[in-house]
Amino acid sequence: MFEFVEVKFKDILDIPALHIEKDRITSFVGPSGSGKTTILKMLNKMLSPTEGHILFNDRNLNEIDSVSHRRCVTMLSQSPVVFQGNIRENLIAGLRFQNREMPDDAALKEMLKKMKLHKELESSVETLSGGEKQRLALGRVLLLNSEVYLLDEPSSALDDETAEAIIEMIAGYAKHEKKTLIMVTHSKAIAQRFSDEIIEIYGGKVIGGLHERDN
Amino acid sequence: MKGIIDLTVVQVALAYIFVLIVLIIVRARGIKREKEIIVSSVRMTLQLILVGYLLVYIFDNPNPFVTMGIIALMEVFAIYTVFKKFKNELSKALKQVIAASMLMGTLSCLVYFLLVVVRISPWYDPQYFIPIAGMIVGNAMTGISLGVKSLVDGMTIQRAAVEEALILGATPRDASKNIINSSFDSAILPTINSMVGMGIVFLPGMMTGQILSGTVPTTAIAYQIAIMLGILGAVSLTVFMMLQRGYKTFFNTESQLQFSFKDGA
Repeated sequence: MFEFVEVKFKDILDIPALHIEKDRITSFVGPSGSGKTTILKMLNKMLSPTEGHILFNDRNLNEIDSVSHRRCVTMLSQSPVVFQGNIRENLIAGLRFQNREMPDDAALKEMLKKMKLHKELESSVETLSGGEKQRLALGRVLLLNSEVYLLDEPSSALDDETAEAIIEMIAGYAKHEKKTLIMVTHSKAIAQRFSDEIIEIYGGKVIGGLHERDN
Repeated sequence: MKGIIDLTVVQVALAYIFVLIVLIIVRARGIKREKEIIVSSVRMTLQLILVGYLLVYIFDNPNPFVTMGIIALMEVFAIYTVFKKFKNELSKALKQVIAASMLMGTLSCLVYFLLVVVRISPWYDPQYFIPIAGMIVGNAMTGISLGVKSLVDGMTIQRAAVEEALILGATPRDASKNIINSSFDSAILPTINSMVGMGIVFLPGMMTGQILSGTVPTTAIAYQIAIMLGILGAVSLTVFMMLQRGYKTFFNTESQLQFSFKDGA
């Protein structure tokens, strides 16, 4: 699905070759500052390589319209911004930006339930904790029903128990709906439990090759 | 209606008593502003005397090239003033947008106002062209400064929100929509407020000047209404054009936010 060809980004990243498979769960693991988030941003076209190029379904990303690409390759950043307003407005923000059909209240409430967010749709986002905001943002991207999901440390603001439950839910959703899921995590345990492939990044380089999960 | 009372040099000199009062106050309070007060009073006096004689000459010898030259000077000065106000905060692309919007917004309103509303003849009559251009360009300059400030501040402060909207599949226009709207709002609000207070809270300068010089108040009011509408149009059009093209300078061709919004970025 994604193919890196001699990709460099400033002096942050240097990846001569990398292949990411379709319909699988791939995790990037590595210490802070190793370039994991930069990779996700390049896959989402929020950043472009300073050298080399990335292919998406055999097409050079440079030739694909950025906005259309982001509508099919959706990213959840590590510290997602929650917009001013209430929970409903935040849940439908992505759909609104993409001029898509709005779901009914039942679908929105169902998403809140999946995200273990016990709040009313009309509740203000002001009172949400960091973890609740992250789950709200996750629900917001899942409502987009995109082809590919890029999740940057999806469990960073969650306690261990909630993190595991949420990631289990996302992984199950990706498998069931045949979505490609690419995740960045500092936790090797999470990566090993839920990923089909793990890619280790260190100092902007892929080290050690790919690890295939046995299942 | 009585004609205007001509002020003699002595009478004008008597008005400097106000400068003296201010000087006494600041000295007594230990506020170190004497130099600025004296310099600004002298500058204002000299500048106005010079402009007065210049206008007398220009009005007596109307010439389309002279009128156009003065309008060009006003535009250049107004654009330069906006750039100077923001020092290195503006990218080259945004500066170009500001200059183009100022020129197109003010000139189109000015031409419509003078040739369609007032219907001056000859078309370059400096007695009308110059003061009305001054008001329109001056107000548009203030409006565009407010609009640019709000746009730059909004893009800087709300950078994360704009980026989040892009990540969610928004176009740069949709991602900047709230910033664009609030920038337009803050740019035209002073003009709207002054329209609301006009005639009740204060009498506008142009109307006061016309009344003092012997114009019937109803004629002065008709001019004032028309010029206020012209100013509203020029400010709105200039700011609208600047915002419509200006927000794009914060993004690159890949619909990504520029790393830096400043000069040379």
